[in-house]
Amino acid sequence: MAIQHVTGPELSELLSAALPDAVAGYDETAVWVHPAQIDAVAARLKDDPALDFRFLNSISAVDFVEYFDLVYHLTSLHRQSCAIVKARVYGRDDLSVPSVYQVWRGADYQEREIWDLMGVHFEGHPNMKRIMLWEGFEGHPLRKDFL
Amino acid sequence: MTIRTEPMTVNVGPQHPSTHGVFRVRITFDGEEIVEVEPVFGYLHRGTEKLAEERNYVQIVTLTDRLDYTSSMINNQAYCLAVEKLLGVEPPPRAKYLRTLTAELQRIASHLIAVGFFVQELGALGTPLMYGFRSRERILELFEMLCGARITVSYMRPGGVFADAPREFWPALDRFLSDFPGEFAEMEQLLLENEILMVRTRGVSPLPPEIAVNSSVSGPVLRASGVNWDWRKQEPYDAYDAVEFDVPVGANWDNYDRFWVRMQEVHQSLRIINQCVAQIEPGPVRLDLPLVLRPAAGREAYGRVEASKGELGFYLVSDGGIAPYRCKIRSPSLINLTVIEHLLLGWKLADMIVSLGSVDINMGEVDR
Amino acid sequence: MNCQLAPDNILYGNGLYRLLYDAAGTLLPCWLAYLAAGLVIIFILVNGVLLGAAVITWTERRLLGRFQNRVGPNRWGPFGLLQPIADLFKLLTKEDLTPAGADRIVFALVPIAMVAPLILMTAVIPFAQNTALASLNVGVLYLLAISSVTTIAIFMAGWSSNNRYAMFGAARAVAVLISYEVPVVLSLLGVVMVAGSMSLGQVVEAQALPFLLVQPLAFFVFLAGMSAELNRTPFDVAEAESEIIAGYHTEYSGIKFALIQAAEFGGVVVVSAIVATLFLGGWSGPLSEYLGWLWFLLKTGVVVFLFIWIRATYPRLRIDQIMAFSWKFLLPLSLINLLAVSLEVFFLRGETGQLTATDLGIMTGINLVLAVAAIAFFGNLIRRRVKFETRRPAQNVVPGVSTIEVS
Repeated sequence: MAIQHVTGPELSELLSAALPDAVAGYDETAVWVHPAQIDAVAARLKDDPALDFRFLNSISAVDFVEYFDLVYHLTSLHRQSCAIVKARVYGRDDLSVPSVYQVWRGADYQEREIWDLMGVHFEGHPNMKRIMLWEGFEGHPLRKDFL
Repeated sequence: MTIRTEPMTVNVGPQHPSTHGVFRVRITFDGEEIVEVEPVFGYLHRGTEKLAEERNYVQIVTLTDRLDYTSSMINNQAYCLAVEKLLGVEPPPRAKYLRTLTAELQRIASHLIAVGFFVQELGALGTPLMYGFRSRERILELFEMLCGARITVSYMRPGGVFADAPREFWPALDRFLSDFPGEFAEMEQLLLENEILMVRTRGVSPLPPEIAVNSSVSGPVLRASGVNWDWRKQEPYDAYDAVEFDVPVGANWDNYDRFWVRMQEVHQSLRIINQCVAQIEPGPVRLDLPLVLRPAAGREAYGRVEASKGELGFYLVSDGGIAPYRCKIRSPSLINLTVIEHLLLGWKLADMIVSLGSVDINMGEVDR
Repeated sequence: MNCQLAPDNILYGNGLYRLLYDAAGTLLPCWLAYLAAGLVIIFILVNGVLLGAAVITWTERRLLGRFQNRVGPNRWGPFGLLQPIADLFKLLTKEDLTPAGADRIVFALVPIAMVAPLILMTAVIPFAQNTALASLNVGVLYLLAISSVTTIAIFMAGWSSNNRYAMFGAARAVAVLISYEVPVVLSLLGVVMVAGSMSLGQVVEAQALPFLLVQPLAFFVFLAGMSAELNRTPFDVAEAESEIIAGYHTEYSGIKFALIQAAEFGGVVVVSAIVATLFLGGWSGPLSEYLGWLWFLLKTGVVVFLFIWIRATYPRLRIDQIMAFSWKFLLPLSLINLLAVSLEVFFLRGETGQLTATDLGIMTGINLVLAVAAIAFFGNLIRRRVKFETRRPAQNVVPGVSTIEVS
């Protein structure tokens, strides 16, 4: 009954079959994809019956000062498996990543929150506004250089 | 003759008797019908994730109490599981049972509030709510015996629980376990077959499973949509693999099912608690970990539990320091609200409040 | 100097009034005695209603407390009896706010417009034998006419507050009150028909058997309709706290709020008194010459308790369901009652045109059966209309997990 964790190598293999230039690398637990192709990867992850990740658990952004990591935790309810997909975005200003809103509606508030607190803009999100803080707030408070 | 009409925009909240705290939603009404919904968050935003980066791993436990203040035990549990994953340790069995037991007690307390307010929003003048509070009060008294606090418990620690249950806890728990089914039966008698409640909630705001899954909805709301997904079953943590329980799922996906699923989960929680009491054995309750934890640099962990509102996850990243480099909280209340538009559009003002109550949000967790 | 009250004066039936008038007439000129005696009675009535409202606030809060496993107000005075006084003083000291965009005059008129009809209604209620202020021969009609005035006051409140919640409440209240007027009037027609008079005093005297038994359908319709008119659960959409804050009186504070609350709770007293008069036999009972007022109070108290009990138990209906309840359920019931009662009166009425206690007994038998059948029939009809058969197969995405499903 317990849930299976799809490891990085497996996931990378399954993904690069369809999207050969999307995978940037992998480690034990996660697969790294190019941020510009995250929406295509997302669509693949959801629609491929061998992957079938229809449930997006969470999107996290981690600020590593030189770059940001976007971490997508995914679950397949039918296959009972979990996976982690990561995307590394370099730079600090005018960051922009394709939104996965069209694939997983559940990304709605999470992407808005990341834009609000981390300052990573998601292209294609229909309502990319601040969510926790008010419009006109200076800066993105969860960044390491805030304060 | 035609009468000129126009839609009316109303700000429901942040000061409104039934928005569960300081939730605000800007609604455009056509008469009584809802044509446009725009939720506005952030009135209770305290920056918990940023605060967590400034505290050491044990201190953060106190922050988690204040997320969903109606289910602090479960928040503690989710966080402690994440830290244990990060450290690669496992708590002693007695601690596991104590955690499962307290988390289930907390789930009962939280569901009692959820159901109470749900019916309150239907217009019942607090009677079911007070019935629920009567039992919840006793659960909080049990918590007070365990850790001295009622709401902000901070009972669990990475590697176990803060202290073993005192001797007087077990007879008090037994008394509660013998009284509670009767008290809860009164509430069920009042509510489950209540004609007005059925008329008001049956068939209202159905949430199809495809939309629920696509919107990352979790917890009782997902199960009421007919998806039998419970992290306690799928990924048993603590002592959940040693206990038996059923997963209630809805068949009509409506407000009534969301209410019904919570009522049934109380029964299942009670079953789990009884099994925990029967199975628990003496032993240590806490690993001998250093007070200031330093997980290895570069490690990360995503610990999740089935909280009373849904999947509560903590994503921790360590840089080898005494505080997490990043502590992301996956809050079920916020993400369950993704479907709010789907639930509200086309329904009436009176149903809106009820649908909101059926999702059971907690602003401490939505805004963090 | 002896003043004589003409027997056709509407105040003639009031024993207390005649006593006062005769006493005053020995000292004062007749016209002044007429006025002074009237003022004394009005003073008693106004204070009686407001005191009754105060007692109801206390009773309601204490009883709700008991229903809900709480204590209720118990600090101020014995059993918290002085709580209404404390509340009143608190509200008196509050700032009397008028919202910026409000229509000031209409806004200020509302509390008066709400309390006035209430007090006017008490004028025709017989509290005991020969104790109605005015034994009006169109008493029932007068009650119905006056009680509808509150609708206008509620709409005034909603409109003048310039608040959207208040507007919601007012619109709902008007819709509800107008719909419920129809079945209420129709149900009272039956009462009038059996009593053979519109005077409340004669309605009481006609009740050899309480009309609760003679016309259970009318009682049910009237009680439901009156709960709606009083904005009490399950029909309290006009001030549905969880939906529209406080409905039409959202913007009221201080003494205006106190008056609106007094009108609301006073309404419960007066309506309970009317129900007791029309359906429970009013002041009649053993030793009613001496203890009529006690019977009256007891019966009123029972009805008040019923209202509070319903309030503590039931959730609220949605506005469209309330409408459906009125037009599809209460209206047919009241029409059936009207038809049955008129036929029964037509056939049972003897040479004198009066109904005897035996006649009433026969009517009770027929009407009780009819009531059960009609409520069951229309109840099933309306129930099937609102029942949603939307059961869909559950998606058991995870095989092997033991599940339980909603029945």
